[in-house]
Amino acid sequence: MTRRTITRRDLLKTSAVLGAGFAAPMIFTRGAMAYTNEPKGATVTFGFNVPQTGAYADEGADELRAYQLAVKHINGEGDGGMLATFSSKALKGNGVNGKKVAYVTGDTQTKSDAARASAKRMIEKDGAVMITGGSSSGVAIAVQGLCQEAGVIFMAGLTHSNDTTGKDKRANGFRHFFNTEMSGAALAPVLKNAFGTDRVAYHLTADYTWGWSQEGSIKKYTEQLGWKTAAAVRTPLGAGDFSQYITPVLNSGADVLVLNHYGKDMVNSLTQAVQFGLRDKQVNGKDFAIVVPLYSRLMAQGAGENVKGIFGSTNWHWSLQDEGSKAFVKSFGKEYGFPPSQAAHTCYCQAILYADACQRAGTFMPSEVGKALEGFKFDGLGNGPTEYRAADHQCFKDVLVVKGKEKPTSKFDVLEVVEVTPRSQVEYPAEMLGGELGPFNNGTA
Amino acid sequence: MDAFVLQILNGLDKGGAYALIALGLTLVFGTLGVVNFAHGALFMLGAFCAVTLQKLLSLEKVTEDPTQLTAWGTPMEIRTPYIETWLGDLGTTLIDYSVPVSILLAIPVMLVVGVVMERGLIKHFYKRPHAEQILVTFGLAIVLQEVVKSFFGANPIPQPAPEIVAGSADIGLLLGMDPGTVVYPWWRMVYLLFSAVVIGLVFAFLQFTTFGMVVRAGMADRETVGLLGIDIDRRFTIVFGLAAVVAGMAGVMYTPILSPDYHMGMDFLVLSFVVVVVGGMGSLGGAVAAGFLLGILQSFASMNEVKTILPGIDQIIIYLVAVAILLIRPRGLMGRRGVMES
Repeated sequence: MTRRTITRRDLLKTSAVLGAGFAAPMIFTRGAMAYTNEPKGATVTFGFNVPQTGAYADEGADELRAYQLAVKHINGEGDGGMLATFSSKALKGNGVNGKKVAYVTGDTQTKSDAARASAKRMIEKDGAVMITGGSSSGVAIAVQGLCQEAGVIFMAGLTHSNDTTGKDKRANGFRHFFNTEMSGAALAPVLKNAFGTDRVAYHLTADYTWGWSQEGSIKKYTEQLGWKTAAAVRTPLGAGDFSQYITPVLNSGADVLVLNHYGKDMVNSLTQAVQFGLRDKQVNGKDFAIVVPLYSRLMAQGAGENVKGIFGSTNWHWSLQDEGSKAFVKSFGKEYGFPPSQAAHTCYCQAILYADACQRAGTFMPSEVGKALEGFKFDGLGNGPTEYRAADHQCFKDVLVVKGKEKPTSKFDVLEVVEVTPRSQVEYPAEMLGGELGPFNNGTA
Repeated sequence: MDAFVLQILNGLDKGGAYALIALGLTLVFGTLGVVNFAHGALFMLGAFCAVTLQKLLSLEKVTEDPTQLTAWGTPMEIRTPYIETWLGDLGTTLIDYSVPVSILLAIPVMLVVGVVMERGLIKHFYKRPHAEQILVTFGLAIVLQEVVKSFFGANPIPQPAPEIVAGSADIGLLLGMDPGTVVYPWWRMVYLLFSAVVIGLVFAFLQFTTFGMVVRAGMADRETVGLLGIDIDRRFTIVFGLAAVVAGMAGVMYTPILSPDYHMGMDFLVLSFVVVVVGGMGSLGGAVAAGFLLGILQSFASMNEVKTILPGIDQIIIYLVAVAILLIRPRGLMGRRGVMES
């Protein structure tokens, strides 16, 4: 019996062969994957990252409904919704680039770290080629940064801070929703007509990125009208009882209260301000006024009767009578039994716009899809003629100024559109808000 | 002067809520020795008793009007509350007074919830370390929150105060000031009065009834009371139910001030614990005194004049005061020797 001994030379040879064997498929795979999560099969996966738990869970649920409806329409199911009114006819109702759209979902919890973790999971484990959704600017900015690093496109959901497409903008990130700068520009003329130019405003502001952005924009535009600012007080997020912040307003000499609050904070601060008699008060010989710069129909329902007669702005409203809005409301209402929120609208549009851009580009490669979105002009998605500005990846379109309805006909009918501010009035130079887009990142290359 | 009066009023009504929650919390700790992190959830459940009653009273008969269509093409619905059809004006009045009427629903419901919670779960943790009690009660609070969210959603649900007290009172006139100088919502004053009455009733119950005497004796020396042949466990179970009722009633009456949502209990829980610690663990008087003290301090710290000098002080004042008091009086304002001390 011979005994075979392994020499040092044999070991080296075997290791080299085994190493090359293991490395070969990796090298080929790496070469074959032109960009992160390039779809190879019959489907392409979108990642819907929305708040499914936490304070904005209801808004997140509406976003998810809209995404699911968009996927149906892209894949050729249902009544087609706004695809029928969308000016681009690239999508034919048979998926995108010959692939049916599938999706995975994540829960942002309206927390930046949780949102990044769920987006990361969808990119790395589920193979999502695009991430979209969210109900908070803090979350949007965090996830946008992650998508830039990972090399996937981020189509922002509901995010209103200037920073998302301002100082924190990224090449891979795109926003359809409007921002605080546009809210200020749209609201100012309406406030001037309603309340005049000799007013003193008192701001209560949620103490985080969106609140600061909103306060800055409204101050800028109202002061340009001639209004004075008595005080701008920062309130902790989720304060609950705002009475200690509202009582100083009573004798501050201010005759307008601007509530730079959103969600639960808006519901509570507005309700409490009305309870303190601010809506019925007279100051400086004028009727006291309350302004809520960013309205959400879902949140306005929470404030009940207190929203009556109070001005604000919104990205979209289901009562609009253009063909795109009517088609979307009909499609969404038939599917779910109630009208969509502005969050649902912006998310539906983002899913359609992304799919359309991929179809036009003929690929899902972020740099090519991004170029297809940059400077893209379209109509028929509910906001009139719109442009995805190339310089900052911000959509420019008409902005709605709304008012709490005095005589609502149903629980959904809480806001009425008082002004459609044309795009030309809300447009600003891209460099005004700072930031650099930088280059597109395709990830794995 | 007007700002001073307004912040005192703010502090008192805020302190009323803190005191009511902290009272139940410290009562449970004083009797059962349990650190109940689900106590905030009891406040929230009380608030949702008001929501439930309002929803029941507002149940509507839905008929369709085929002549009018919704924006999505289905016939428009015409909704009429059943109670208005059946009772006419009385029905309308009941809907208007749904918040105070909810107290009648909240008392039995919260008593049952409290007793079931104590018998079904918490009694198994009496002899376990405080850390385990905190974990299990905190977990219970999360379960209760999620259950409520699954039924009622995540958004706040407005609960208007009765029309008669929906406006605000010109208190400045009573104090000889100019009209409109000190204006305060009627409902907040109702809440303050309500807090004072409930606190008074709880103290009277413990002070002037035989049951209360036994409970106080049990709080002082549980073993000796047991040796006298008194079933102190049964009484303590009822005390747990009583604490749940107090938290629940506080939640019901707070709904016109803060539209209830599933998370409202957690928002109050941490502050109420600070109140209990500052007042002295297990001290009823301490909880009430600390509740009002911290409520008033928080209100004054939110004044612009104060925030200009010390930015952000309104968000940390309660914790700063808690640290200062515990440094000077480690057992809290009225804490008893031997509580939470090995």
